[in-house]
Amino acid sequence: MDAIFLQLLNGLDKGSAYALIALGLTLIFGTLGVVNFAHGALFMLGGFCAVGVQMLLKLSTQVKDESIPGLEMMVDVPYLQVWFGDVGVQLISFAVPISVIVAIPLMLLVGVLMERGLIRHFYHRTHADQILVTFGLAIVLQELIKSFFGATPIPVPAPQMLTGSANIGEWLGMGAGVSYPWWRLVYFCFSMAVIAMVFAFLQFTTFGMVVRAGMRDRETVGLLGIHIERRFTIVFGIAVVVAGIAGAMYTPIVSPNYRIGMDFLVLSFVVVVVGGMGSLPGAVASGFLLGILQSFASMNEIKQLIPGIDQVIVYLVAVVILLTRPRGLLGRKGVMED
Amino acid sequence: MMNTLAKQDRWLLIGFTLALLAGPILLKPFGAGYPDLLQKFCIFGIFAVGYNILFGLTGYLSFGHAAFLGIGSYTAVWSFKLLTMNVLPAIILSVLMTGLFGLVIGFLCLRRSGIYFSILTLAFAQMAYNLAYSVLTPITNGETGLQLVKGDPHVLDRWFGVPLVEGIPSTNFFGISMVGYSGFYFCAVMLIISFYVAMRLTRSPFGLMLKAIKSNQNRLKYTGVNTRSYALIAFVISGCYAGLAGALLAVTDPLAGADRMHWSASGEVVLMTILGGVGTLLGPVIGAGVIKYLENIFSSFNEQILNGVFGFLPDAIQHPVVKFVGLFVGEGWELTLGVLFLVLIIFVPGGLMQGLQSVQRRIFPAQPNPAAESTRGAH
Repeated sequence: MDAIFLQLLNGLDKGSAYALIALGLTLIFGTLGVVNFAHGALFMLGGFCAVGVQMLLKLSTQVKDESIPGLEMMVDVPYLQVWFGDVGVQLISFAVPISVIVAIPLMLLVGVLMERGLIRHFYHRTHADQILVTFGLAIVLQELIKSFFGATPIPVPAPQMLTGSANIGEWLGMGAGVSYPWWRLVYFCFSMAVIAMVFAFLQFTTFGMVVRAGMRDRETVGLLGIHIERRFTIVFGIAVVVAGIAGAMYTPIVSPNYRIGMDFLVLSFVVVVVGGMGSLPGAVASGFLLGILQSFASMNEIKQLIPGIDQVIVYLVAVVILLTRPRGLLGRKGVMED
Repeated sequence: MMNTLAKQDRWLLIGFTLALLAGPILLKPFGAGYPDLLQKFCIFGIFAVGYNILFGLTGYLSFGHAAFLGIGSYTAVWSFKLLTMNVLPAIILSVLMTGLFGLVIGFLCLRRSGIYFSILTLAFAQMAYNLAYSVLTPITNGETGLQLVKGDPHVLDRWFGVPLVEGIPSTNFFGISMVGYSGFYFCAVMLIISFYVAMRLTRSPFGLMLKAIKSNQNRLKYTGVNTRSYALIAFVISGCYAGLAGALLAVTDPLAGADRMHWSASGEVVLMTILGGVGTLLGPVIGAGVIKYLENIFSSFNEQILNGVFGFLPDAIQHPVVKFVGLFVGEGWELTLGVLFLVLIIFVPGGLMQGLQSVQRRIFPAQPNPAAESTRGAH
């Protein structure tokens, strides 16, 4: 029982990341009808926002080392520590949350530029062309990051106060064996909050209502005198922000390198298609579903039963679902079938 | 056999053959005139030509073709290990094996179209990749990769009394060793045969059916045609091409690793086909050549060479120029690929072949020739 609960928890953080990326992909697909292969690269870009913020906070100056008296030695001390003392040290350890705040306007800008500058010219092209142009863009973004930050993963630690593990087992009276890293818990709550915000935004605001109407029938909304394209641009920006902050928050869990986005993207596409193209709840649900299934499949008991299942479970589920339910779990008819 | 081809196709085939066989001389000035790279041009040319039969003609975008490449390689290496170091059985077995896999995977994947098809092929390829790394280690030798070792049985070689050599034997074609230029010419002949088959296929009624699937599958269905079986045959054929390419990879270097099946390898063949020109005959070969050239030549440039190239500039300008260009070569060759790819997709969606054709038309305005008009853009 404990083991099962633990695996459930372990699946949640990966599932959250899948859900966030898949949510953004679906938003873009539902509004603009574009399959965005650059979405993984945007996730990675968010991760490197955190790396950049950390580097910025850690900008150091040379100060004489006074810990060993009588020895002339210079050590690197971050400016923040020099200026603010212990508060500065705390501030540095909060690089990831700070980077989320930085990433929001930055990624919004990236998203709007990308849509206005490039994607806009591809609305009348075929789906294959859209996939390819975004794929090309992803390669370029990835290589640019590689040339600036190098190819090795760069660790970005979580804030000091959140580095340990939470004793969830004790809270729920399940025995002390069930513990879960604080940051993963934070990530899960964070992603739930983001997902809730996106849904609330679409459901309860006028802007969201117009966007939803536009997703249903773009032409009619246009005939009503609403400039739907501009709103869709903003939705694109929001989707990019979601991917970016998902990436920034994920850095303490997996140190980012330039390829992390692509690895996530491939799985996220599977997630989107399993959930049903164009269905937001489907994307979120299948993100968590596949994350949790993946974690269950990596349990030793199950691995002994069916060897190799942990490696293929996601793809196997995708194949089974696509062959039995042609449009995914919650997909609509006639989407992307031409 | 040649007389059945249209006149321009005959010239295309003859020109292609001559250009390919003269490859070592023609490509020497570009620094690509050595057999290792030329082999890669041919092998990935075959891969891309085969991929184009599926994607270019039927429009089904497979994102898992690298799986066939890997299966072909593994089969070939096993044939070397167990049967004989002769390449012919290895190639035949690989093609048969990938054909079999293609039949099963294609049968399942072709039940869906559009992006669902792409994801299904991707899923199968990733499963193959992940399994090759984990559970199938007895067959694939996991991360080390499958390779020849001392004491492999080579049953057929023993049977026919082929003299055994000390150490690890090299692959041969009835005694001709497949190392160096003979390896290249073997691959080149394979490419020419593949090219010829693809050409015949494209021009045949069957090829026309495949094109009809691409332009409007529904309408074709209404006329009572079972489109799925046509698409399945195309899938199997293009899988066999990938298997052949994989076998040749093993012929030139008898080692098969799972990374050949990674989805990025599948992405690469898509890039090759698009870069050269989807649906054209020559395009995929050119695309494969360009990408392999970038990968092997651009990546070998370093700052020293650049400083040599830009040595004529004043120092103040030379440094930033070298820094900037350095982004695109060496480690960053993929950036060049990405940018080239973006520019092509944005401005010349038909790939390099369309670019060449429009340049050609600009220079030699076409005479009104109805026969040429009807087949324009087909090669």
